[in-house]
Amino acid sequence: MTRELRIQTCYALLIGALLTASALLVRQVDRVRSDEPLQEVLYIPSPKVVKRLSLGYSGLLADIYWTRVVQYFGTKHQAKAKQYLILEPLLEMTTTLDPKLLPAYSFGSVFLAQKPPEGAGNPLAAARLVEKGIQENPDAWRLYYDLGYLYWLELKDSAKASEAFERGSKVSGAHPWMKVMAAALAAHAGETETATYMWTNILNSTEDPDLKVNALKRLLCLRVDREVKILQDRVDAFTKYNGRLPSGWEDLTSAGLLRRVPLDPKNHSYDLVGGHVQVEQPDLFPFITRGLPPGRELGDMPGEPGYKAVKKP
Amino acid sequence: MTGRLWAIAYNTYREAVRDRVLYNLILFALLIVGASVLFGQISLDINRIVLINLGLTAISLFGIIIAIFIGIGLVSKEIEKRTLYTVLAARPVRRWEFIAGKFLGLVMTLTVNALLMSAGFFAAVLYVSHHLGRGDLQLVTAIYFILLEFVLITALALLFSTFSTPIFSSIFAFSIFAVGTFAEDLRGFAGMAHGVTRGVLTGAAYLVPNFAALNVISQVAHDVKVEPKLIMLNTLYVLVYTASVLTASVWIFERRNLK
Repeated sequence: MTRELRIQTCYALLIGALLTASALLVRQVDRVRSDEPLQEVLYIPSPKVVKRLSLGYSGLLADIYWTRVVQYFGTKHQAKAKQYLILEPLLEMTTTLDPKLLPAYSFGSVFLAQKPPEGAGNPLAAARLVEKGIQENPDAWRLYYDLGYLYWLELKDSAKASEAFERGSKVSGAHPWMKVMAAALAAHAGETETATYMWTNILNSTEDPDLKVNALKRLLCLRVDREVKILQDRVDAFTKYNGRLPSGWEDLTSAGLLRRVPLDPKNHSYDLVGGHVQVEQPDLFPFITRGLPPGRELGDMPGEPGYKAVKKP
Repeated sequence: MTGRLWAIAYNTYREAVRDRVLYNLILFALLIVGASVLFGQISLDINRIVLINLGLTAISLFGIIIAIFIGIGLVSKEIEKRTLYTVLAARPVRRWEFIAGKFLGLVMTLTVNALLMSAGFFAAVLYVSHHLGRGDLQLVTAIYFILLEFVLITALALLFSTFSTPIFSSIFAFSIFAVGTFAEDLRGFAGMAHGVTRGVLTGAAYLVPNFAALNVISQVAHDVKVEPKLIMLNTLYVLVYTASVLTASVWIFERRNLK
């Protein structure tokens, strides 16, 4: 090895050793910094001030804030935290800096809505965030979808969920399933008339044969729901007037409350058991919300507790 | 050897402080520190926080600008003016001594600048808070970290100056400073990758100067204590990283044909 080569090798080795040492020190620095308690504080709490301070580079700053949101959520999630104190303000900051940053609304609402330690357990804040997203991006049908699911699964408000899906279904390019969800959830919320209107609309407007079959089934089930309600009102009226439960449909026809023994849309007679109107073969009407025999639960929506019970009795 | 090193360092310092641009930048930084008092007054209840954030940021950014603009010309200007040949040929100065002397001279200049700007900053803090307490020692830690930033960026500017033109050197130095401020995020991103990509990205992320850990301005503005261990580790890190950059500078400079 020549002297020159030896010198070059020494330089290379020295630089390599120093850089390795510096990398090891960075790891130590990272450890010290990560040991510090996570600061549950926003140094500049006002999104508007941050936006002004960004000097027009708000898009980049929003991306950085979004990275911070993900890191904050990830760190707290790993630590199985019970509280996510600055998650909502961080998301507010991100979406104010870049109102078009759709993932911030979609993922952010999931982070906010899930129960601790999976998330912040604040579905109302999640709904507010998505509503803000819709206001800023009215053409993003996916946000209505997120909002619908939030109301349905987290806030258990089928009426508002239906409304969100319905609003989203009107956006150009929205998935046809949005209409289906709106109608199904309207039925769930007991809004039979609204649901019937929506399903009729779907039946008349869709060209998808599967969706048509589904719409027909739904309309039949809604008819059953309506009929069961009317029959139950008559049974209750009989019970109130006579002071006893009717022993069968004949009691109601004799009393003039019904003209004949009532039949469901598949021409099976409705059952009258212990003063309650029931469907004879509930498997023929998988989406009904009324007239189910005891032990059978509502099961027309995936994710609902009764879903499996109906599909796999 | 020490005498030659000191002579080069002192001359570099003397040359730098003669530069009028330097005084303009310091004056501008002090104006911003002064203005932060006014900003503070119009920001409800956070005047001290605004003063610390804006004041320390001004000291840091203007120091970085000074370090880069003086650092990039340290070697290339000497080559351009042909004064380097006089120094290296007529006097018994080794090339590594020249690089180390230039580096020390600029660090001295920046330290004096930082002290001047810090004096203005503390005067503003005193004006706003009406007193200086033990808690304000955290501010000294932040200024010490800013000085460490200057040391790192000076070494990098000098490295680029040994092989590139001043314009490209300044672009390289500013870019690496910008990337270094996101060093922690870079390591986070590398951690999310898989396979070979992860290895390559992690290696690259650790090679980037870790400016992120040297910025504790927001932390001290909120009176959050800086761990003594962090002070020690950051000091060690800057020393080791600077040594590696200076070694690389000497290596490149030794190989340059200056005839």
